[in-house]
Amino acid sequence: MHDQTLTGLAAALTAGEFSSRELTEHLLARIERHDGALNSFITVTGDQALAAADAADAARARGEAGPLTGLPLALKDIFCTRGVKTSCGSRMLDNFAAPYDATVVEKLAAAGTLSLGKTNMDEFAMGSSNENSHYGPVKNPWDLSAVPGGSSGGSAAAVAAGLVPAALGTDTGGSIRQPAAFCGITGLKPTYGRVSRYGMVAYASSLDQAGPMARTAEDCAHLLGAIAGHDQRDSTSVARGVPDYVEGLEAPLSGLKIGLPKEYFGDGLSAEVASAVREAIAVYESLGATVREVSLPHTHYAIPAYYVIAPAEASSNLSRYDGVRFGHRCENPSDLIDLYKRSRAEGFGEEVKRRILIGTHTLSEGFFDAYYKQAQKVRRLIRQDFLDAFEEVDVLMGPAAPTPAFDLGANKDPVSMYLQDIYTIAVNLAGIPGISVPAGFAGGRPVGLQILGTHFAEAQLLNVAHQFQQATDWHLRRPAFAEETA
Amino acid sequence: MALEHADVLRAAHLARLGLDEGEADRYRDDLGRILEMVDQLQSLDTDGVAPLAHPLDATQRLRADEVTEPDQRETFQRCAPAVENGLYLVPRVVE
Repeated sequence: MHDQTLTGLAAALTAGEFSSRELTEHLLARIERHDGALNSFITVTGDQALAAADAADAARARGEAGPLTGLPLALKDIFCTRGVKTSCGSRMLDNFAAPYDATVVEKLAAAGTLSLGKTNMDEFAMGSSNENSHYGPVKNPWDLSAVPGGSSGGSAAAVAAGLVPAALGTDTGGSIRQPAAFCGITGLKPTYGRVSRYGMVAYASSLDQAGPMARTAEDCAHLLGAIAGHDQRDSTSVARGVPDYVEGLEAPLSGLKIGLPKEYFGDGLSAEVASAVREAIAVYESLGATVREVSLPHTHYAIPAYYVIAPAEASSNLSRYDGVRFGHRCENPSDLIDLYKRSRAEGFGEEVKRRILIGTHTLSEGFFDAYYKQAQKVRRLIRQDFLDAFEEVDVLMGPAAPTPAFDLGANKDPVSMYLQDIYTIAVNLAGIPGISVPAGFAGGRPVGLQILGTHFAEAQLLNVAHQFQQATDWHLRRPAFAEETA
Repeated sequence: MALEHADVLRAAHLARLGLDEGEADRYRDDLGRILEMVDQLQSLDTDGVAPLAHPLDATQRLRADEVTEPDQRETFQRCAPAVENGLYLVPRVVE
């Protein structure tokens, strides 16, 4: 049962093939057996999961089950969960049990799902390899010497390894799509504002967005429907109705206009990744789509703009960790400044400090206009590139990452790590949605095809991704890791 | 824009982040390379382009000025490192 999709599991639960408790026990046992090698979970909430599974089974017996009732999920450890450790991958929050639930956590519980636990991640979602976690790196189930991607690396690895059928991640510069690509699963970053950020630990507030990571686009459609929507408690969430994302999945693609940004197929792209992506695009042509080249001329300014805006917002957001109200506090502070400085020096890891320092520097007197204001102007040009492209075509396609998953320890230099996000980061600056779907392998490691749409085009992206998954079987491949019959 | 050792210490102090001299040196190298990458932005002519703060150009919504939150002081102080009589404890600030 651990290889099935959410949709398949829902059908099996409805048919009475097994109960939610049996499914949950099976997955908890797999986590127990296999997660030592992967390190994809920070906290496993077995007792709570079983209690929720029993409640779901009871609801089903009463005839009160909805489409997601009794389905087990995992939550990136960035989402606040009442009474459960919410570490954000940081020593700073190692002792923090959130006093409330994030809106998405409430919504998923209301839909009848249950959580198996909290997944590993780069500290405060800052990273592209999951090597920046206080709880140690996550391994890629396709190859334990490779990274799973980041920052939602634990969620991606757990889904790929069959420890959980789907998980929530967050994406500030590619943190859902790149690990989905590296682990051979499907991951959707919704439009900025589509999903509430309330109770999601903030990294860069104008870029952060939560989204589903699952085995298929169809499963992502179910989950997005459950978590999307306006929230009074997040002033940036958008007051706009939520469409039925499942309803349009079967629409045929004849006449679909696909744009290939020429900047996404240039220097630095691995030949094997390029060839897998070209083959995927040929599949779309066989489904009746037309393909043309387009240009996003400001593409190579996206990483520089991001590394001004995101650290600036982070330096402000992370000022709340002061050793006074919650989180880590140093021993025997001599005065208040010492309390702040040592608590923060001990609580934050190296990459987080780097970004706090960059952000503080670029926002400081004398530097603000040259860095922050200029980056925000460039951000508008980057968004305009996408809006212009979507005048010509319906969706854009390209690789999710320039290479397949790299080896653990391969990118020691921060700037070379930052450059890994070249195809994902502009999407967050523009606020548009994007999805990564499995599209083949390079050197035995998965390749992700990235599909981008205009603001609020999630239904179209899911349709376009689903039709690809009806024509190909890349999303059905499973790693040899943790294979067993069940 | 090159980064001096003093710039790193200044940013660390503004961010209330403890750094020793050796760490400050290491961060100066890292931050210098990041800023060098970021400096590509300076080559772009952005005259007449308005800064974009929100990807949908939205502004903050306003709501009626009504009390909507109950008092949850005890709940929220349960995760604090040191509290007494409902107050957060810190080292003495005023002599």
